[in-house]
Amino acid sequence: MGKPTGFLEFERKASQKRDIAERKKDYNEVETKYSESQTKEQAARCMDCGIPFCHSGCPLGNIIPEFNDAVYDQNWQYAYTLLSSTNNFPEFTGRICPAPCESACVLGINKSPVAIEYIEKSIIEKAFENGWVVPNVPKKRSGKSVAVVGSGPAGLAAASQLNKAGHTVTVFERADQIGGLVRYGIPDFKLDKSIIDRRMEVMMAEGITFKTGVNVGIDYKSDRLLADFDAVLLSGGSTVPRDIEIPGRELKGIYPAMEFLSQQNKRVAQDLGKSVDNTKDHRGEKYANGEILATDKNVFVIGGGDTGSDCVGTSNRHGAASINQIEIMPMPPATRAESTPWPQWPMMLRTSTSHEEGCERAWSINTKEFIGDENGNLKAIKLVEIEWVNENGRMTMKDKPGTEKVYPCELALIAAGFLYPQPKGLLEGLGVKLDARGNVDAVKYKTSVEKVFAAGDMRRGQSLVVWAISEGREAARAIDEYLMGSSLLEAKAVSMISAEYVGL
Amino acid sequence: MTENFQNQGLYSPEFEHDACGIGFRAHLKGRKSHQIVADAIHMLERMDHRGACGCDPNSGDGAGILLQIPHEFLFEECLNLGIDLPELGNYGLGMVFFPYNATAREECKEILNRKIKSLGFKLLGYRKVPTQNDTLGHDSGSVEPWVEQVFVQKTDALQDSMSFERRLYVLRQFATKIIKESVEGAMEHFYFSSLSSKTVSYKGQLTTNQLKYYFPDLTNENVVSAFAIVHSRFSTNTFPAWKLAQPFRYIAHNGEINTVKGNVNWIRAAETTFYSEFFTEKEMKMILPICDKSNSDSAHLDNAIELLYLSGRSLPHVMMMLIPEAWDGNDQMDPVRKAFYEYHSSIMEPWDGPASISFTDGNIVGATLDRNGLRPSRYWVLDDDTVIMASEAGVLDVDQSKVISKGRLQPGKMFVVDMEQGRIIPDEELKADICSRQPYQEWLDEHKIRISELPESIRPYTNYDEKSLLRRQQTSGYTSEDLRTILAPMAASGAEVIGSMGIDSPLAVLSNQSQHLSYYFKQLFAQVTNPPIDSIRERAIMSLISFVGAADNILTESPKHCRQVQLEHPVLTIKEFDKLRFVDYEGFQAKTINTYFNVQTKDPGKALEFALERVCRYAEDAINDGFEILILSDRSIDSDHAPIPTLLATAAIHHYLIRQGLRGKVGILVEAGDIWETHHFATLIGYGASGICPYIALESISDMNRKGLIDGEFTDEQLYKNYAKAVDKELLKIFSKMGISTLQSYRGAQIFECIGLNKSVVDRYFTGTISRIEGLSLADIAKECLIRHAIAYPKVAVSSVRKLEVGGVYQWKQRGEKHLFNPDTIHLLQQSTRIGEKDPEKGYEIFKKYSRLMNDQTEQAMTLRGLLDFKNTNNSISIDEVEPIESILTRFATGAMSFGSISWEAHTTLAIAMNRIGGRSNSGEGGEDEIRYQPNENGDILSSNIKQVASGRFGVTSYYLSNAKELQIKMAQGAKPGEGGQLPGHKVDDWIGKVRHSTPGVGLISPPPHHDIYSIEDLAQLIFDLKNSNRDARISVKLVSEAGVGTVASGVAKAHADVVLIAGYDGGTGASPLSSIRHAGLPWELGLAETHQTLVRNKLRGRITVQADGQIRTGRDIVIAALLGAEEFGVATAALVTVGCIMMRKCHLNTCPVGVATQNKDLRALFSGKPEHVVNMFTYLAMEVREIMAEIGFRTINEMVGQSQILKKRAKIDHWKLKNLDLSKILYKEDADDSVALYKKEEQDHGIVGVLDWQMINDAKKALESGEKVTAEYTVNNLNRTIGAMLSNEVSKKYKGDGLPQGTIHYKYRGTAGQSFGAFSTKGLKFELEGDANDYFGKGLCGAELVVYPDRSATFEPSKNMAVGNVSFYGATSGEAYIRGMAGERFCVRNSGAKVVVEGVGDHGCEYMTGGVAIILGEVGRNFAAGMSGGLAFIYDENATFEAKCNKEMVDLDDLLPSDELLLKNMISKHFETTGSDVAKNILDNWDTEKVKFVKVFPRDYKKILLKKESESIAA
Repeated sequence: MGKPTGFLEFERKASQKRDIAERKKDYNEVETKYSESQTKEQAARCMDCGIPFCHSGCPLGNIIPEFNDAVYDQNWQYAYTLLSSTNNFPEFTGRICPAPCESACVLGINKSPVAIEYIEKSIIEKAFENGWVVPNVPKKRSGKSVAVVGSGPAGLAAASQLNKAGHTVTVFERADQIGGLVRYGIPDFKLDKSIIDRRMEVMMAEGITFKTGVNVGIDYKSDRLLADFDAVLLSGGSTVPRDIEIPGRELKGIYPAMEFLSQQNKRVAQDLGKSVDNTKDHRGEKYANGEILATDKNVFVIGGGDTGSDCVGTSNRHGAASINQIEIMPMPPATRAESTPWPQWPMMLRTSTSHEEGCERAWSINTKEFIGDENGNLKAIKLVEIEWVNENGRMTMKDKPGTEKVYPCELALIAAGFLYPQPKGLLEGLGVKLDARGNVDAVKYKTSVEKVFAAGDMRRGQSLVVWAISEGREAARAIDEYLMGSSLLEAKAVSMISAEYVGL
Repeated sequence: MTENFQNQGLYSPEFEHDACGIGFRAHLKGRKSHQIVADAIHMLERMDHRGACGCDPNSGDGAGILLQIPHEFLFEECLNLGIDLPELGNYGLGMVFFPYNATAREECKEILNRKIKSLGFKLLGYRKVPTQNDTLGHDSGSVEPWVEQVFVQKTDALQDSMSFERRLYVLRQFATKIIKESVEGAMEHFYFSSLSSKTVSYKGQLTTNQLKYYFPDLTNENVVSAFAIVHSRFSTNTFPAWKLAQPFRYIAHNGEINTVKGNVNWIRAAETTFYSEFFTEKEMKMILPICDKSNSDSAHLDNAIELLYLSGRSLPHVMMMLIPEAWDGNDQMDPVRKAFYEYHSSIMEPWDGPASISFTDGNIVGATLDRNGLRPSRYWVLDDDTVIMASEAGVLDVDQSKVISKGRLQPGKMFVVDMEQGRIIPDEELKADICSRQPYQEWLDEHKIRISELPESIRPYTNYDEKSLLRRQQTSGYTSEDLRTILAPMAASGAEVIGSMGIDSPLAVLSNQSQHLSYYFKQLFAQVTNPPIDSIRERAIMSLISFVGAADNILTESPKHCRQVQLEHPVLTIKEFDKLRFVDYEGFQAKTINTYFNVQTKDPGKALEFALERVCRYAEDAINDGFEILILSDRSIDSDHAPIPTLLATAAIHHYLIRQGLRGKVGILVEAGDIWETHHFATLIGYGASGICPYIALESISDMNRKGLIDGEFTDEQLYKNYAKAVDKELLKIFSKMGISTLQSYRGAQIFECIGLNKSVVDRYFTGTISRIEGLSLADIAKECLIRHAIAYPKVAVSSVRKLEVGGVYQWKQRGEKHLFNPDTIHLLQQSTRIGEKDPEKGYEIFKKYSRLMNDQTEQAMTLRGLLDFKNTNNSISIDEVEPIESILTRFATGAMSFGSISWEAHTTLAIAMNRIGGRSNSGEGGEDEIRYQPNENGDILSSNIKQVASGRFGVTSYYLSNAKELQIKMAQGAKPGEGGQLPGHKVDDWIGKVRHSTPGVGLISPPPHHDIYSIEDLAQLIFDLKNSNRDARISVKLVSEAGVGTVASGVAKAHADVVLIAGYDGGTGASPLSSIRHAGLPWELGLAETHQTLVRNKLRGRITVQADGQIRTGRDIVIAALLGAEEFGVATAALVTVGCIMMRKCHLNTCPVGVATQNKDLRALFSGKPEHVVNMFTYLAMEVREIMAEIGFRTINEMVGQSQILKKRAKIDHWKLKNLDLSKILYKEDADDSVALYKKEEQDHGIVGVLDWQMINDAKKALESGEKVTAEYTVNNLNRTIGAMLSNEVSKKYKGDGLPQGTIHYKYRGTAGQSFGAFSTKGLKFELEGDANDYFGKGLCGAELVVYPDRSATFEPSKNMAVGNVSFYGATSGEAYIRGMAGERFCVRNSGAKVVVEGVGDHGCEYMTGGVAIILGEVGRNFAAGMSGGLAFIYDENATFEAKCNKEMVDLDDLLPSDELLLKNMISKHFETTGSDVAKNILDNWDTEKVKFVKVFPRDYKKILLKKESESIAA
């Protein structure tokens, strides 16, 4: 452990952010580059706990105290070795993970937690800078082929792992670019897309084949898929957005957030000189509603989560006239709610960089109606304040009488989350069993169909990038075991030095 | 004792220990008299308190006497029987125990008669020894032997008396062997107490007072002898053991041979090579085996001494071989003597352990002491040419005017009365003579091989590349944690790695991770029956030197006997090892044996077995080919071959060669990958390895150094050196915690309990190791190797495995080793007790979730109790019938945690909570702030009910003791049994300094042993002391679970403790070496069950409360503890977690971020625990306990104690490692009828009814009531023990810590006072003793003034004679003392405030002293001021010899300052005034010339603090 008293000496100082006025003008990342000494100081705050709750809180099982220690010692290469052993894409999680590790950090009991995510990002950036992230081409191929359908973080993680085990991996993506939600759901100002491209290069050099624009199940029938590959991993994500079925929904100007966000991502790519097909959305389907811009509009973002926040940030950059973000749930407390004590993920008010850039936020608000003009364009939105009451042990909402109000609104973005994977096409074609929530039923990543596996949001429902990577890794091991009888790919909860791990 | 009797349950007779009082009375000129015999017996009776008896007071542990054959008496007796005895010396007298059964007896006799005849002797006849058995108790009476004397006539062929003795020896050995083999019951009931033409032994399982009554011979006036050796035994058990009573044939031994298992193995291994000109080959065969397995350590020692003596060495020579002085590293020792010891260390390893031995061959009688002086031996020489030698002074009432000198045996020294020469031969003369008989130094110079002198290897190994290294690391079982947590810090710091909190991950056999084989072996340690050693402060007596090579016949000596490689320490670098690999020094060569097995096979278990057979065969071949060193190497492994665990390979060869009788012919060196922790080294040495090259560890260090993973700038060579230093230090600690001081005697001593290997593995490869729950087979061990090998050499090329696994033992990891306390359980426990404050029901609901997680180990148990389940008894009762929560709560205690290790907030929170529920919190070893003795404003009581008395004795004053409901003697701590501790100076702030009665800023050392407990009778003495100091407190003794703890607990019960606490090895700690936390001791399940079984078997259970602790977390744990035998329960870590601990494991760094284990003010402010939380936790535990009790049908805890039949091994355990575990010994229920109590039912008799203090209290009435001055005079003898403690208790109760004004109670005593004179004596008391005193004089002195001067009639020169015994002023906190005469070893040990003057001291003076003043006006022994961190000592160094005797690690030797002169002059003047000392007078009279002879011993830390204070006060 680097500095036993570090936590007594240094304050938490995570990433530096660019000036709001400046950053609102572009789509470059809001966070600026790290400084080495600052990172070292932050790493020194780690207490190397006997029970690292951070490590417990991390869905990937990142070995956090050890890489903190290595960073404190300025032993970056070792830090990278540690980090990359549990996380295929620290450059993603280092930017967009909500960092459950930090909520679980022991220092967080009575002080600000260690800036783990910031350190993570620092490590991986340093690794790229120094050329330590090199393609790791397997020495021997197993002769087995695996199809990974869906190129989001789960699929990519699985592909990366399966390739390590020597299998020949093909990743299918129906959109025009690889990356899934990371590519099209996350704005560039949070995650510059060159970060993904940089990773793709490494993966391709490792021998992974990527096929974009292929809608498996439609363009490429499932029976052929099963015939062509020894195993198939379904990692198509949870793609059906939750809609709001209220009067006026059919009006023009009301769109799912992803339609709005993915367009902007494509624009940024195009501006950088990339050839992209901006007629098709992140699902490879034609944009039905043309180009969506928030410029000079009164924007309402419905949904208080991260996607909503991304819509806020994007709208600001478009130059919206006003931006409101509304949330149906009550406003969370400013600090950790009593119902979610340490080390749990705290229920609390979170203010993102997009929020900082300007918007109104309101809670306990229900959307009653979209109001259109004569041309069928949205012109206003009717909202009502609600109250949550306990009825027989269940929280139900009640409109507050007299609080109904109409606000001018020309663009409403629905960011109410996703329901389940799209059943049509591939899933129906394969005939995999779905669970009660409409996700693919895959206990231990195995679906009801022989040789077909599932991982990520498609299996567990919408979740965090970090969970997607974790799912991909675990599923890869399950597939490897299936193909080879046993697997030496690491697993989160299986010790490498156990009989179970080596299959004895 | 039948076989059957031994093998059920956990008890084994090999666990028995004994200690005792010994002594002899002798006439220097060899004049025989009956008085000598009568005196000796009287001495024995006066040491009755040093022996013990079992549950019935008439069954002693053993007593006996060894004397010259009373020819005159026997001649007459024999005449009556029609036997015509020839002259003395021409017949041999055998004292024989025959079976009581007449048929068996006749069978024995017939065989014996034939053997007498066949050896050419003439049988003269038998004499039934008259015995009176009507006072024998049931236990001893039921196995009483039939005692007869047999007389055999010397044959003419035997020229001299020695050849007669030898022939008798052959007869005895041979006849005994044949009889035991042939006659049923003879194994236990046939025994020769003695067979000699010179001496005879009368002994039996008797009390000291029964001896002369049982043997009326002994009171016959015609029974005369020129000497008599007596012995009274205090055994930890009372099983039939007539033959184990002492004296044996040559010795009486007070002590314990810790290395006996190894010593006996080495003897056995050497037997085939035995050759002696004094025995024919045929005779030699008749003698073997030398050591009888069923014997005690002392008996084995007697056997070895006898063999070496009869094969030609003198008895003192033999004693010097077996119990050598500490020679290695002693620069002051005469080189000739040093050469003797060095030479002999290539022949025989020391029989190591505390020992005071009286010995005789009939012509001389002598005594010797072990190298560390761990047993008291005092002698008086009288003007009538007689000498009295005994464990205590004053055991005979002697006219003091007749005393010529009063001495003591010093460590490693010998004392011989040569009755032929008619004088006492002093140690120097005796040894000079023996050592110069051969040119030992020349022999060594010529033949000893030193590595440094060997040429470099021509074929050295080069380091592996990174990839191969990783492979090797993986195959060997390294995790990244091993590198980061163990190896790197050791290499960087050269010190052991410290951790904190306990270990809560599974035993090796319960772990799902592949385990290093050594993890199945738990280190044993000394507790109670023998002291651990302080390997740091008493380094001088420790040694790592060993000789490796072929050992020659031990019965002779020749130059070639030392033709061996000398290793300075066991850790060899790759370079050194390479030299040895190809050594060719005058034909001295090493043979390398590859230790691997084939893994490309269907049956790896078989492959491993074949491989082991192969390596054993190769070893044997190599020996036959003349190689003198075997090198076991795992370098040749590859993808097809995995290494045999080095421990297994080593032990297999070691035991194979012992069985073949070849072991002595070869030394074993090891180079292997699977060696990095000290425990790995310790196990290898413990099973026979001499030198070890941990080549992968060394290469890993280099690799880490290259990668910058080691803090600091070092060369590889420096790192290797540091690493070896760290290993050496820790090894010494491991040896010392068992009370072993040399590597040579540790080697092969097997000081381990195996836990989790099956019988076939243990019996074959680890022969003789204790193993009680079965477990892995050889195939399972192979599987563990295969797991590691499979990762290192993966069948598929997966980059995932190209790194080390995380481990997770020292730090919780998601996929690492499991831990009971993990993120989930900690969170739930804290939540439940916090929510419980507002909503108890909700809180309990969450608590149940917590306990479910803790208990739910369905697939993989994490504890032994996790493997247990309740039988379905259909006895469920309503919960309303179960005893209420409140009464269960009183059975709970928290653990001993000192204020200092945890914060004031945490400490008082626990105390308040425990006081609220009527349970007990524990002060820990740190004293207690007196303000806590008054309730606070809420009425809460902050005082800890349990006050601990640990080895540091910090703040242990009469007032402290008086404020306890329980006084707990901490013999051992689960996390570091057998070790001491240290509170660094920076942690001793003003507050802690005050509470501990020490100087703030000065570091405090808790020694490994209690320096007043070197044996079981010492423990009894301390219990007696404490009971005197507070009659209302119960006395408890804390032990740590290990094999044999039940036996120790019986001893504790017999020593009159009220409570015995059996702690698991997994208990918490503020700071311990990681290896101790993990590898020493056993889980409480084993220790508790053994304790209960053994106590019930001894019918002692009813006299003592049994408490258990160690990772007790849930109601289920508590119920299981009760069913296994506990009625009280300690819960410490869980209580800490409740108040906020999150298992940082950083207690030792003072950085606890939740304010629990820190003294940092800012961090303490973050403490968030409340008493309510703790109350909630204990309440929930009690609720759970009640629920389970209702379910399994018990109404009260008492009813449940020891009802182990309710438990069974859980069904459906099919994990490959667990399925072969056998828990039946744990669950064994001792047969006992209704008369035998199964839980504490009766109070102990503490024997304080008749103590002198009652009278002293009575005489002090006025002082106690109104502070009036009182005086009185008393006559005392050695039976008057602990004078002053009870009186002080009365003073403390009334006058608190302040006591009375100085000298209010002024008493005078005349005689030889018993042990602990003035113990815990407080302010206002002044005791003058005219005479002398025994050990522990002024122990815990806290304000009283003690004065000693010789009897008015004495004529000897006081300053050259003994006045007080060993360990005076131990833990004294204040007070004054003036001693006219000398003190023994460890004077002023851990004194923190007393000011004393004495006229000479023994070894280790002022050890660990932290305050006060010691003025020594005479000689001092070796190792003065070791660990002395505070206070001042002034030595009157007349001959300028002091410096060499001082351990200057922590002190400076300074000149006197003017203020020192003043202090000296004042104290010496007072010494003169109170004692009339002429030494003092001479100094005072010539002050200016004499004062310059004083050396001031000034601890450096203390000096720094004083200077700092001075400059602060000047600034102010």
